[in-house]
Amino acid sequence: MSPREIFTLRDYLGPELKGRTISDARQLVSLTDVLEQTCLVARRDALSGRSVLLAVSDQLTSALAMTEIDGVARRMLLCPPDFNADHAKTLIDDAEIDAIVTDEPARWSDAGVYLVVVARAPAHAAGKAKAERATEWLMLTSGTSGVPKIVGHTLGGLTGAIVADGPARGAPPVWATFYDIRRYGGLQIFLRAIIGGGSMVLSQPGEALSDHVARLNARGVTHISGTPSHWRKLLMSGSAAGFAPRYVRLSGEIADQAVLDGLRHAFPQASIGHAYASTEAGVGFAVNDGREGFPASIIGANRDGVEMKVVDGSLRIRSTRTAHAYVGRNAAALTDGDGFVDTGDMVELRGDRYHFVGRRGGIINIGGLKVHPEEIEAVINQHAEVRMSRARARRSPITGSIVVADVILADGCDASQADAIRARILADCRAKLAHHKVPAMIKFVTALDITAAGKLARSDA
Amino acid sequence: MSVRLKIISAMQQVAREQQVTLPPLDDNLSLHETGFDSLGFAILVARLEDDLGIDPFTISEDAAFPLTVGDFIGAYENVPA
Repeated sequence: MSPREIFTLRDYLGPELKGRTISDARQLVSLTDVLEQTCLVARRDALSGRSVLLAVSDQLTSALAMTEIDGVARRMLLCPPDFNADHAKTLIDDAEIDAIVTDEPARWSDAGVYLVVVARAPAHAAGKAKAERATEWLMLTSGTSGVPKIVGHTLGGLTGAIVADGPARGAPPVWATFYDIRRYGGLQIFLRAIIGGGSMVLSQPGEALSDHVARLNARGVTHISGTPSHWRKLLMSGSAAGFAPRYVRLSGEIADQAVLDGLRHAFPQASIGHAYASTEAGVGFAVNDGREGFPASIIGANRDGVEMKVVDGSLRIRSTRTAHAYVGRNAAALTDGDGFVDTGDMVELRGDRYHFVGRRGGIINIGGLKVHPEEIEAVINQHAEVRMSRARARRSPITGSIVVADVILADGCDASQADAIRARILADCRAKLAHHKVPAMIKFVTALDITAAGKLARSDA
Repeated sequence: MSVRLKIISAMQQVAREQQVTLPPLDDNLSLHETGFDSLGFAILVARLEDDLGIDPFTISEDAAFPLTVGDFIGAYENVPA
């Protein structure tokens, strides 16, 4: 490939589009003249052809560094904020890292990598970065235990769904996400902002939700994405009042009818879409009809270069948007022989629609009978008194496990009605679920843990 | 309420939820005859653990699972609190 055919993030950044910005809670940087700037303090050229670990604590500097490194480095591994230092050595070896870009050089001084480039606040640059090569983008999977897998993408694959969707109608979008942009779901939104000619408002760790929403309003956010857990948290907080985005997107977890209806009620003017994507499978599809699940008609057909099939109950995806490989010495194959990624997400056909029922690895076994916790949560969440729930296994000396549920009540629900609400939820579960799937106990709680990746924490998954 | 009464009350509650018609409970009734299936017992044992703070069937590795209602109640009564 000759250099002029390589496209990089910088191709979407130029002085033509005025007023573009990227911001977090502390600072705002103009994207319009970002090509004149550098946060790599005159060391950018040293990264040419290198395998770079991008380990910067804040998202804003990370974003600017990504735009500089793309097209220069051979590969770039994005470190999420919850990166576990115990895994650094393994990941550095597996990704053949020979340069680290960081704002905390002392932390990496004994990593065994001799080129450490310090990332700082952007300053005027002597020259512009040139597109030398198609940089490989490496991301980490967000599993809860063990060393994360390294997943290899190209910028072309990462942006496939964005290009297929075409530009947003009307004024350039101002995107925001509750995700961190070093995760697949957040990176998609950052890339949408860059490629769509828009602006980006980043999340800020530790910021109160009400302050975050005030900031989204102040920056004029029009398009915003998060997991269903992020959205339930926002709906619970009462902070959504006065916020009126044009587009609301959910991804990363099952969007059940209750959360879709809750968002429809909270944002009556917005388009609401739930997207299916994963770090490995890329963006599969988006559903915009306001209903949970997806039309069965999209299975089998090749739409925008994405083919899907269901084998043994799990969704399989083949497309140009999937990752191309797991990276590392003992990396497993990412696709089957035909190029399909097994997502491990289990689906069930009901009428003319497929519904997500849970993760293959998250099944609870009750004396030989099986249940996905998400199936139970979908029933519980339908109750108007419920904001959020988590079904989980509890050990049993008799059946191995039983299933119990933790439930957060919606605002204004009187705790004195807890027994009556519990009885209604259980009666509904008995009517809609098989005998063994009915929770043995329902406990009312005030909070449920959300992982760093924005998903409901499941200790048994 | 005594441990015995708490257990009987919990059995009646689980029976209602599981739509099981309990025969009159006495110590010689075999657990099989209560009409509970293994899931029913699993739920009962979990509830009692929350209520009484003990699960005698997990604590003791070698405890044989009781055969009668009397054995079942005895398993709870004989655990040092």
